Order: sequence, then structure tokens, then C-alpha cells
Amino acid sequence: MNFDFADQAPKLMMLLWGLVAFAVVVGGLLVLLDAVPAFFARRREAQLVAAAGGGVPLPRRTKPREGLFALFFLLPTVLLLMIGLVVPAIRTTLLSFMDGGSQNWVGLDNYRWMFAEDAIVRVLINTLVWVTLVPLVATAMGLLYAVLVDKARMEALAKSLIFMPMAISFVGAAIIWRFVYAYRGEDQEQIGLLNQIVVSLGGEPRQWLLDSPLNTLLLIVIMVWIQAGFAMVVLSAAIKSIPADIVEAARLDGVTPWQMFRQITVPSIRPAMIVVVVTISIATLKVFDIVRTTTNGNYDTSVIANEMYNQAFRYGQNGQGSALAVFLFVLVLPIVIFQIRNLRQQRREG
Amino acid sequence: MTTTTPPVAAGAQDTSGTSTRASRVRKRLNSRTATVVAIVIAVVWTIPTFGLFVSSFRPEPQLKTTGWWTFFRDPQFTLQNYQDVLFGQASGSGQLANYFVNSLVITVPSVLFPLAFAALAAYALAWINFRGRDWVYIGIFALQIVPLQMALVPLLSFFSRGVSVGGVTLMPAWNLDGAQNFAQVWFAHTCFALPFAVFLLHNFISQLPKDLMEAARVDGATHPRIFRTIVLPLVAPALAAFGIFQFLWVWNDLLVALIFAGGSEVTAPLTVRLAELAGTRGNEWQRLTAGAFVSIVVPLIVFLSLQRYFVRGLLAGSVKG
Repeated sequence: MNFDFADQAPKLMMLLWGLVAFAVVVGGLLVLLDAVPAFFARRREAQLVAAAGGGVPLPRRTKPREGLFALFFLLPTVLLLMIGLVVPAIRTTLLSFMDGGSQNWVGLDNYRWMFAEDAIVRVLINTLVWVTLVPLVATAMGLLYAVLVDKARMEALAKSLIFMPMAISFVGAAIIWRFVYAYRGEDQEQIGLLNQIVVSLGGEPRQWLLDSPLNTLLLIVIMVWIQAGFAMVVLSAAIKSIPADIVEAARLDGVTPWQMFRQITVPSIRPAMIVVVVTISIATLKVFDIVRTTTNGNYDTSVIANEMYNQAFRYGQNGQGSALAVFLFVLVLPIVIFQIRNLRQQRREG
Repeated sequence: MTTTTPPVAAGAQDTSGTSTRASRVRKRLNSRTATVVAIVIAVVWTIPTFGLFVSSFRPEPQLKTTGWWTFFRDPQFTLQNYQDVLFGQASGSGQLANYFVNSLVITVPSVLFPLAFAALAAYALAWINFRGRDWVYIGIFALQIVPLQMALVPLLSFFSRGVSVGGVTLMPAWNLDGAQNFAQVWFAHTCFALPFAVFLLHNFISQLPKDLMEAARVDGATHPRIFRTIVLPLVAPALAAFGIFQFLWVWNDLLVALIFAGGSEVTAPLTVRLAELAGTRGNEWQRLTAGAFVSIVVPLIVFLSLQRYFVRGLLAGSVKG
């Protein structure tokens, strides 16, 4: 046994400190906001009494300071967002115009590098493939499954099975699938399921994760596997909220299930589908763990998020890493604008 | 542990009475194909995890030479893999028990802090009248689209070098070592979670009945009091939903931990260790399989037992927009 509770003591101490800090900050804030206005209210009362006794004109009654409350309620969030997101994002943008050590301005060099270097162009293309395939396939699978199990027996269980990968970390998922893709020489018995299937169909085992471009597709399978559950849950909820009388009317008109799906289901859940596609697209753009755990970005499988980590934190190229991060942001932007427009349009129609 | 279970379709019986025999047969056939397809998908989705799960209980020599499906022909069961990967002596064994504690220490405050701060902020944005309220909300909402990657490099230098403007030090470097590094991870996770948390909780809190709030105000309750005694209990399901979200996200995170917790044994969580094992010991399946399950088990329990809230949060965050 190599597990000593004494070794864990400093960490648990640290956790205790964290919890104390939590209690102090949050509790303190609430107590402060409760106590201070009460104090002022009392003082004002005393003033009023004094004023009434002494015949001094009453001090003008101040309105309750709503703004002050808002300030304190918002303070932690706004402060943390400034330190943790706003300022860093601005700094990253600036860093992307500087060299690796963040010393000298280099203008657009980092961006030029991004599109000139073959390896990086490869990365950009891979990302494009990811962000096209994952949302489409995951949404399609999710929709198909949601329709199939809708009102079926044991629906809840059936949904849980597909939804479960959502709870598994990308690292865990990557290991699960690496095992499916595992390779043993031709003379040995296969331990990976995929190669076993290939062999039993009379094929030869392959090193799945080494062959480009097939390996990128196989990594995409992992992401689809994780995200389909999300799509399924959201779309299933949308399907259930289709008004029953519409479905009933269509059924009385004698539509086939396929017509029902095409003409009733899909148009009714379009907004939910857009949300799902957009959400998965954004998640896919930022995917990092899967690539890192399966191939570490080798064999032409790297994507922007992984390359950004490599450049900034492994090769010490802050400029190039930052440029990749900014590029990621630029890619996310149109997707989000599209979604906001859609939502506004819906509001107007609805 | 169920998702929404609808009442059994009423329409199914109604129509079957009037339809012809041929169409009834066709319908049954259709629904049979549907069932088969659904089962195939469910099996494909479950088998990878199931295979790994079975493998994690097989003795090393068997695991490395035969496929996990042979387990059913020749069941051999051992807990040795878990014993090894959790408490093993050898440096490459994983020693995951240690990292398991790290994951816990990282996760608890990283869930509590954003939950509390976001609830306060969401309340202020929904129920306190002040100028510029909409702009603050839009600003926080918009921050959801900033990819984490945009913040990493500067945030790391913020921790390691502090902040100074024109030679004046506004904030000294944190200079943390050992277990203190957890503070960095908490800080980072809290910041990154806030935009989404505020958005999600605002959705719920702003839907509370207006009369209730006004009645409380008329009775002379202050904002902190309303927040504590009225809002918090009423939005408990929403808090649970976000809590589960954040828990899964932090427990499963690799990127933030990799950068702010470092790879050290003292602070790195399970995911970092597991990714490391996958990189250096990619063929030692007895460790990877058991290790993967050690890391999966807690989120899976949380997920399965609180699935209802999780789904509710998901739907509030995505469908209502």
C-alpha cells in the first residue's frame, strides 16, 4: 500500500481553507449587506428624533440605494470576470502580435505563419472537418434515436444509455475508444473490438490511429459518441412539446410515419435543432482532450485547440499560441451571431 | 434516475381501432424496425464502455492476449488491477488514490464559488433596479463565447508574475507551491464558469413571480434577506442543475488542470494523471482500464442519481435560449 493519509493532510487543509474562504466571502457579503443598511436606518431614526426635538429642519430623505446593493451583489462576479476573462482575452489578442517571448512586436507574422506552415494548415483543415462532421452526425444520431424511442417502452432507460457518455470525461472516453481501436499483430489474437470485427470478416488488422486521414475520422467518432446524448435529450424534449392536436390531426389525415417526421416533427423542432448544432459546434471547436489523449496530435490529427496548447505551453511560443487562440475566437464568433439572430427572429415570430 | 417519462401515447390505441388490417400490420412492422434500430444504436453506444469495464476486472495476461469478449467463455475475475492502479508501489502504477483526493479537493470549491457568486449576480440582474442593468447582463452573457484558450496565457502570468502597471505593482505574484496551487485552479474554474452560471441561474431567478418579490419588499425585507429566505429555496433545483453541470465539467476537465495545477503529484487531478498514463504506458491496458473506471465512477454516480436536475438545467440553458 502506498497510500498514506498523512500525505493527504496538506491538501485537505487547503480544502478546509478554501471552504473557510468561501464561508467568509459569501457569508460576509450577505451579513455586510444586511447589517450596514440597518445601521444607517437606525442612525437616521436617531437623527429624526433629534431633529424633531431641536426644531432643526429635517434632512432630506434619501431614496433607498438600490444601486449600492446591486454593486455589491455583482462585485465578485464582475471582478472575477474582469481578471479571469476580459483582461486576459485582450492581452491574448495583443500577445498574438508579438514574438514567442512576448518581447517585440511582430505585426501579423504569427497569422502569416499560421497559413503558411504546412503542418498548421493541416491543423486548420482537421478542425474544419471536425466542426462540420461532429455537429451534423451527432445531431442526426440524437434526432434519430429521440424519434425512435419516443413513447417506447423503457424509454427512460434507453435514453440513459445514450446519454451516459456525457458524464464521462473526454480523457476517459478517449481511453475507452483507444481500447476499441487497439491493435495486435496479425499472428496474435486481437484485443480491440474493431480489429476483431475486421479479422472475423476476413480482413487484416490495422493500426487505426496511425493512418491519416482515417484516424481523424475515428477521433471524430469519439466526439460524436459523447455529444449525441446531449442532442438526443434536447431534441426529445422538443419533440414532446409538439402540440398533441397537431400530431393527432396529421394522424387522422393518414400520414405515414416518414411524412409525419418530415412535415410535422422536423419543422416543429427546428429551433431546438439549431441550438443543438450551434452548441455542439462550439464545443467541437474547443476540443482538446480527445486528440491529446489518443494521438497527442501526431499522425496528422492535431486540431487548433491542441496546437494552441502545444505552441504556448510546450514550445514556449506565446505569440503563435495566442494567434491560434484568437483565430479560434474568430471562428466561434459567426456561429454565435447566427444563433443570436435566430433567437431574435423566433422571439419576433412567437 | 429517470428522464421525463410521458404518459403512454393515447393516440396509439385510438387509431388502431379504425385502421385497416393491412395498415396495422405495416405499423407493427414499422415499429419493429424502429425498435431494432434503436436497440442497435443503444448497443453500439454502450459496448465500448462495457468492454472496458469487463476488461478492468480481467487478469493482466488474459487482458493483454485475448479480447474482453472471451471473458464470457472463460470468466476470470480479479481486483488486482484496481489494487495496483490505486495503491501500487511502482512509479508507473498510477497511484491514483492520491490523484483521486486531488480531484476532490479541486472540485468542491470550484463548484461552490461560482454557484454562490453567480446566484448573487443573477439575483441582482433580475430583481434590483439600477442603471445599466441590461448592459451588464448582455456583457456577462456575451463572455460565454470567449474560448478558454483566450485566457490561459495571461492568466498564468497573472498568477506567476502578478500585475504591475508602469512599474507600480498592483498585485504581487502569488508564488504558490505544493498544495497551495489548488487556489489557482479554483480561481480559474470559478472565472471560466461564471458567464454560463449567471446565464443559467438568471433564466430561473427572473421567472420567479413578481408579486412575491414585491410583497416581500413592501414588508420591508432587504435584498440580502429576500435573496436568502425567498430566492435561494425557490431556485434550489436550478442551483442543483448548475451544480451538477459544474461538477461534471470540473471533474472531467483536463486543460485547466494541466495548466494551473501542473503535473505534480500534489495537485494534479485524475484526468491529468490518466492522460499521462495513456501517453507513457499506452499498452498497459490493465492500468488504463481500471484507471479509467476510477475516474469515471464518481461523475457516473452523480449523473445517474441526479440526472433529472441535470436534464432540466440542460433544457433551460439550450431550448429556452
